[in-house]
Amino acid sequence: MTVAAQRIEPEPEAPPRKKRLALVASKGTLDQAYPPLILATTAASLGWEVGIYFTFYGLDILHQDRFEKLKVASLANPSGPIRVPNLLGAVPGATAAATKVMKGWMEKSRMPELPEFIDMAQGLDVTFFACATTMGVMGVEESDLIEGCDIAGAAAFLDFAAEADVQLFV
Amino acid sequence: MTTQTDRPEATESLDTSGLLCPLPVYKAAMVLGKLREGEVLHLTCTDPGSLEDIPAMARQRGDVLLASEDRGDTQVFWIGKGAS
Repeated sequence: MTVAAQRIEPEPEAPPRKKRLALVASKGTLDQAYPPLILATTAASLGWEVGIYFTFYGLDILHQDRFEKLKVASLANPSGPIRVPNLLGAVPGATAAATKVMKGWMEKSRMPELPEFIDMAQGLDVTFFACATTMGVMGVEESDLIEGCDIAGAAAFLDFAAEADVQLFV
Repeated sequence: MTTQTDRPEATESLDTSGLLCPLPVYKAAMVLGKLREGEVLHLTCTDPGSLEDIPAMARQRGDVLLASEDRGDTQVFWIGKGAS
């Protein structure tokens, strides 16, 4: 039996690939939540394709009940808004005070609050990968997360990151 | 930064005075996204980072920085929308 060789048609010319940014957001404090969202909204504004992998404490940024309540650590944070010795940083109310100071700075500088940054990123089609292992370890359900997250393991994120031009761990 | 004195006719104008990164770039990109190829955005910034950020934005987006003026506290840019 003979098999006719198939004619191989030339592939239609693919449009130029967009640049891609892959970020890991691993921290769940207010001050550490801003940098990945600033980078993501900027890159998406430049026309890049952007994905953020929210893992471990970073997953709180996507947690419906927590993302509006992220705090700035007053303890073991020598660059924090309230520069006090660790002993005083442990005093009740110190974390709330540090958080209040940073929120005041942000408001004075007319920087959007975190929920607004999340809306901006989603409006620019930034992909939010929610780390599946973190969800399992920390008991987070899909219904606990904000709308529009992709639940993904490390392999799925690395598959995205492997084609990225810039990869950063925050 | 060199100052070019030719002032192209602007299709749209955006003032981001008082806003810091990433807002000037974000807001400019939003407006540029609605313009047609060849149309011009007149952009005013006071963020000191804009001197570097706006030319970088134009380069990355495939738009064209037609002219700019550094007025000290304020920077003004004319950005031509590229093919997208």
